[in-house]
Amino acid sequence: MATAAAPHAPAERHPLLAFVAIAWSWLFLLLLVLFFEFWARLQYGSTFVLNPYNLQSIALAASMPLLLALGQTLVIIAGGIDLSVGFVMGLASVVMATTMQATSGLHPGLSLLVGIAAALLVSVIPGFISGTLIARLAIPAFIGTLGMYGVCRGVGFLTASGTTVPVNNPWLFQLGNAKVLQVPVPVILTAIVVLVMHWVLREGRFGRYTYAIGGSKAAAVRAGINVPRHTVMLYMLSAFCAGIAGVVYTARFSAGAAQGGEPLLLDSIAAVVIGGASLFGGSGTIVGTVIGAFIIAVIQYGLVFINVAPFWQFVAVGVVIIVSVLIDQSRERLTGGGRRDE
Amino acid sequence: MSEPLLQISGLTKRFGGVTALSDVGLTVARGEVLALAGDNGAGKSTLIKAIAGVHSRDEGEIRFKGQPVDFATPSDARAAGIETIYQDLALADNLDIGANVFLGRERFTKFLGFLPRLDRETMRRESEKVLEQLEIDIETRKLTQPVRNLSGGQRQAVAIGRAIYWKAELLIMDEPTAALGVPEQRKVMELIQRLKAQGVAIIFISHNLHDIFAVSDRILVLRRGRNAGERAIGATNGDEVVKMMVGG
Repeated sequence: MATAAAPHAPAERHPLLAFVAIAWSWLFLLLLVLFFEFWARLQYGSTFVLNPYNLQSIALAASMPLLLALGQTLVIIAGGIDLSVGFVMGLASVVMATTMQATSGLHPGLSLLVGIAAALLVSVIPGFISGTLIARLAIPAFIGTLGMYGVCRGVGFLTASGTTVPVNNPWLFQLGNAKVLQVPVPVILTAIVVLVMHWVLREGRFGRYTYAIGGSKAAAVRAGINVPRHTVMLYMLSAFCAGIAGVVYTARFSAGAAQGGEPLLLDSIAAVVIGGASLFGGSGTIVGTVIGAFIIAVIQYGLVFINVAPFWQFVAVGVVIIVSVLIDQSRERLTGGGRRDE
Repeated sequence: MSEPLLQISGLTKRFGGVTALSDVGLTVARGEVLALAGDNGAGKSTLIKAIAGVHSRDEGEIRFKGQPVDFATPSDARAAGIETIYQDLALADNLDIGANVFLGRERFTKFLGFLPRLDRETMRRESEKVLEQLEIDIETRKLTQPVRNLSGGQRQAVAIGRAIYWKAELLIMDEPTAALGVPEQRKVMELIQRLKAQGVAIIFISHNLHDIFAVSDRILVLRRGRNAGERAIGATNGDEVVKMMVGG
């Protein structure tokens, strides 16, 4: 059978333009870093990016929103969204802190282990509930997770009696503040979760099914994938990632706070979107999300570094989100990769 | 004609008080193309869904390869060798051909000897092989692109290739050419003829008499859930088929 060109196949575009459309988030991160580097050299006569303290701070700032964004990436690829991650993180943090207060008579290492286990166990419960509502009772993801946002927020504050829960445990402090070869422990933890999630999404059956569900639920069902079960597991995974973020939060500040994750929710979604995932589902990568989280962290830290009023961070991140979606929408056109979905 | 691959007799299906199919019979042999025609609401879709395991039946018998069968789900029917291709094709548009052909049945290899990892290479090669066997040309660069970049006919071919790769012996196609342009329609018709030559049995629903006369061996017409007539394609013509469809 001779091959006829698809009727709508676009002409090949300029290769440079195609490259920029695909790699723009890397390039943008590079440009940001270069900008702050030049600024530092010109204004302060010092270096921005080669200063290990700056790098540590940026990586630390990126780590918690990134942890939330990792599970969020898979949920969004499958065509959902998880609005509850911030308060699941807070709930996990409060549960961990109260558990450690209650077990403060034990050996500090044991108390820490019990606290972590409690935080992670509790964290998957809201994920299970919202996942079940979404997958089996056909509640829209936005509503199901918004519901759990409220529930976790309330339960978190109730557990903490409306205040922050301090924990005095040297092991906990080390977990949040020690450095190994100059790298903060929370950054190492986050890096490990990144690697695992990257592998799961890119090379595992679980990841493949996640893409399939986001691409076409009908195709996934036809292929024999248990879509409701997979969906529940996705929201549990997202909540579990939020639980890890709650552990990191508690460790960094030696305290549990129900509101600790609140400002991170939008950053996590922003990281996923800047990283190239589509909110319509079907596309996205962990690598993209990592870049997205670092773009946000570099903007936030860099603007403080050059003495810009901190509120400009919000403006800058907001603009970047919009621009990233605009670039993604024209990507098909720019790369000549074919027509868009019908 | 050899022993029929699929043999249906006395098939009746009711939805509440409505009788969608009443005492319908049908046979298809290996390498035979049976066209299923009928007006809207004649029961064509209900019939193929009853064969494909989507609908249970109220009465009647379905024999596949000589054995009575009773598929509870479409997966059961597929496992037995009956594949249905609906108009939406059930492809994941965001994944490439290999991923679609192997969806739900992925191949894995070991990374560093212990870490399971998707075997993209094997899945792509195997998919390429089955497309070659069906003489379907797809530009090399599109093999690794999402299938949304393929043309409608190519997408149809991928769905068919997937069925053939997994050893479908009976292919049921619901209006395979309805959404295609004329050159692509012709390719799908050619593909049906090649499948037939390879011994696959095909049932296809079509409203297009031209297509029906181009590739099928027999035509079965349904009207209001009943057999309205069955003809060898050489022994009938468009006028007669239309008469059977509308009655009178």
